[in-house]
Amino acid sequence: MSERHSAKDRRRTREFDAFVAGAAARLLHVSTLLTAEPPRSNPRAQELLTAALARTYADWDRLRGDDPYDRTRRALAVRFARGAWRHHRWAAEGVLGRLTPQERLVLVLRLYEGVAEEQAATLLGIPPERVRAVCTRAVAVMRNSSSAPPSRLALPSRLGTA
Amino acid sequence: MSGSERKEAEVRRMMETPHPVVPGGLGAQAAARGDRLLRRHRALRRALWLLLSAALLALAVWALATEPWLLPPSDTVPPVEGV
Repeated sequence: MSERHSAKDRRRTREFDAFVAGAAARLLHVSTLLTAEPPRSNPRAQELLTAALARTYADWDRLRGDDPYDRTRRALAVRFARGAWRHHRWAAEGVLGRLTPQERLVLVLRLYEGVAEEQAATLLGIPPERVRAVCTRAVAVMRNSSSAPPSRLALPSRLGTA
Repeated sequence: MSGSERKEAEVRRMMETPHPVVPGGLGAQAAARGDRLLRRHRALRRALWLLLSAALLALAVWALATEPWLLPPSDTVPPVEGV
């Protein structure tokens, strides 16, 4: 019994290590985009990713063909969404620092990770139309802030687009 | 490419900055934490099974001891007729 367990444990550890070696950099980038920390100093993003990866490790034997990257990303998003209020009061300085936590989450899932609208909606527990609306608003804020000084009250700019 | 697609592509490019450096111990730390989580789940499952088997055993012992399916012996004697 214990011998069978330890063989299983060894295999899990080996597979998990290989997965982390391949995916951790991208996942940490996603996590850092979410927490809006500077990439050089991202303790909260690291903590978020460690917690998500721990879940993936615990579920490893029951993945049944499920993509571990998908699983981890889902755990990351859910954990971030649940704790999003905690990130509010921090001075956000990352690329997405001007966005609210929800806008960041939607933008990263939809545009950076290419998660389908319906899937993102299920993940966040909000209707797909809301995902689209938040995404549109976030894109507008990002494009405004990249050129003009930031203003959260600014209306989406329609200038220069067909 | 439509206007909104172009805008989305522009924002996507903003997010494509170089990946941050992953600290060496992050994977090992996650595995250790996951291992603790796994052990906790296993212990919980084992405890539930143990509880269930104990309950079943108690039920079996009680049933064998009291044999509730037998009718209790009647206290009243039926009237004797035809004497």
